[in-house]
Amino acid sequence: MSVTTLPSRPRRIIEQRQPGWIVRLFDYKPFLIVMCLAPAIGLLAVFLTYPLGLGVWLAFTDTTIGQRGVFIGLENFQYLLKDPLWWNAVFYSVFYTAVATIGKFALGFWLALLLNNHFPLKSLLRAIILLPWIVPTVLSALAFWWIYDPQFSIISYLLVDVLHVRTTNIDFLGTPWPARFSLIVANIWRGIPFVAISLLAGLQTISPSLYEAAMLDGATAWQRFRFITLPMMMPILAIVMTFSIIFTFTDFQLVYAITRGGPVNSTHLLATLAFQRGIAGGELGEGAAIAVSMIPFLVFATLFSYFGLARRKWQQGEAND
Amino acid sequence: MTDVAASPGNSNVASATPDTMSWDSRARRVMMIYLPLSCFVLILLFPFYWMAITSFKPNAELLNYKEHNPFWITSPTIAHIKHLLFNTAYPTWLKTTMFVAVGSTFLSLFASTLAAYAIERLRFRGSPYVGLGIYLAYLVPPSILFIPLATVIVQFGLFDSPMALILVYPTFLVPFCTWLLIGYFKSIPYELEECALVDGATRLQILRRITLPLAVPGLISAGIFSFTLSWNEFIYALAFIQSGANKTVPVAILTELVTGDVYQWGALMAGSLLGSLPVALFYSLFVDYYVSSLTGAVKE
Repeated sequence: MSVTTLPSRPRRIIEQRQPGWIVRLFDYKPFLIVMCLAPAIGLLAVFLTYPLGLGVWLAFTDTTIGQRGVFIGLENFQYLLKDPLWWNAVFYSVFYTAVATIGKFALGFWLALLLNNHFPLKSLLRAIILLPWIVPTVLSALAFWWIYDPQFSIISYLLVDVLHVRTTNIDFLGTPWPARFSLIVANIWRGIPFVAISLLAGLQTISPSLYEAAMLDGATAWQRFRFITLPMMMPILAIVMTFSIIFTFTDFQLVYAITRGGPVNSTHLLATLAFQRGIAGGELGEGAAIAVSMIPFLVFATLFSYFGLARRKWQQGEAND
Repeated sequence: MTDVAASPGNSNVASATPDTMSWDSRARRVMMIYLPLSCFVLILLFPFYWMAITSFKPNAELLNYKEHNPFWITSPTIAHIKHLLFNTAYPTWLKTTMFVAVGSTFLSLFASTLAAYAIERLRFRGSPYVGLGIYLAYLVPPSILFIPLATVIVQFGLFDSPMALILVYPTFLVPFCTWLLIGYFKSIPYELEECALVDGATRLQILRRITLPLAVPGLISAGIFSFTLSWNEFIYALAFIQSGANKTVPVAILTELVTGDVYQWGALMAGSLLGSLPVALFYSLFVDYYVSSLTGAVKE
């Protein structure tokens, strides 16, 4: 770093181009730092930090579309606490996140372990597996909507006409509980690739010599998984799970595309309820309150998944990072 | 590790180890690896197959499973795609989506390259905190922001304009790209920059002539990732765009093509297929970059 402060620069350069004041200004480090950070910080401040603050403020007002609201204190939240639809959305958001996360991680981890073996066409397979994650969620959700069609569902066709397991078509989206589980299945389907590929990256960093040592000690496959793979994967599991929980809990697209919260509002997540009240219904204040009510859950889920999983790492010391 | 050695059931080490070895034969491999793997692939790909096959089926076959095998097409048709391209505003939606995706990608690449360079190479007091702040921005989900952002967009007079999306998408692209690029800049030896400094290059010259050319793989990763994310974005596009012509493909299919009680599944699936193709194509060209950026971002 001392190089920059050397008073004498090679004469050749100075002769070539007399640095103008603009060039000198841009070579002045504090100015350059400010200039470099300005676009990113500016964008984030105007379109992320400010709206975040504004959202919290809106939650305490009775703003509607086209009308500036006034501060009404906790009224929005008191209203929500008495609103069975909000409680329903809270319940389904938690349930959806919990079941979908467990499903995604169980299946994704399994898929990652499978992909960690050697077999031909491995990179091609890895590429194919990421597809559900690449394709726009709404568009694959539409495919699921079609798969869940009450009359022409391909799953019903398989069960009724091919396998003769059932006599009637399954009503996937017409009744609350099947609709809830249908959405969770679609979410798991979409989430598996991300989990599997991220965890595969983690698996590949585990040194094979650990497994060899364990094999020599006579560890079974389960013991190798339990005492080597799992502890070594904890840090990356914690990060991937934190991300997964945050984006599952605040999911919007899948539910909006497939059921729009129906039947009889049984599949509303907090995000879709916020959209319905805030944008479609025009009650910006109430919508913002619903959105803000997600924050405590998110903070809790993040802390839980991050510290719950990462603590084991500290207990074992940083050595096996 | 001591747990492993001390755990019970290890008395038959000598017999167990060769046993598993001999068991590790073809049959076992098929059962334990290939069978579950093919199930995974089948399930993960089936919705796409179903989407594709539906979009080429004539309506008669589409809704009649008794006489036609639903898994195959006997007389493929491009009527749905034709309908989409000539009777709806689909080409306009594609154009808008492309414009928004490319615009926001370039904007966020520009902003995050400079930010990553400042954080990683122009080290200053507090640069780790700026990095952490940008990282935290990634954890703020759009579902919390879209209502207040809608009022901000209206204040700026950008409501119903694709410009709104170009300006808003960087909120989730910049944090991601910045972290990806910080990782890449870290991997470029600092000595190269020192050499250039000794030779009298200015900081910006170093960035343009030395650091950026070496970070091209990182830039490509960040770029294709941003493109995909903005192509797929839904909630902001749904909340901020109202007129049919300015909608992006995912929003337009859901709000403009889903009409009435009878869904035109053929057209819907054709629309989904066409809307997925650009990213799928992009993806097939740059698979390795996707995988590296996905895993790189997680590792950081």
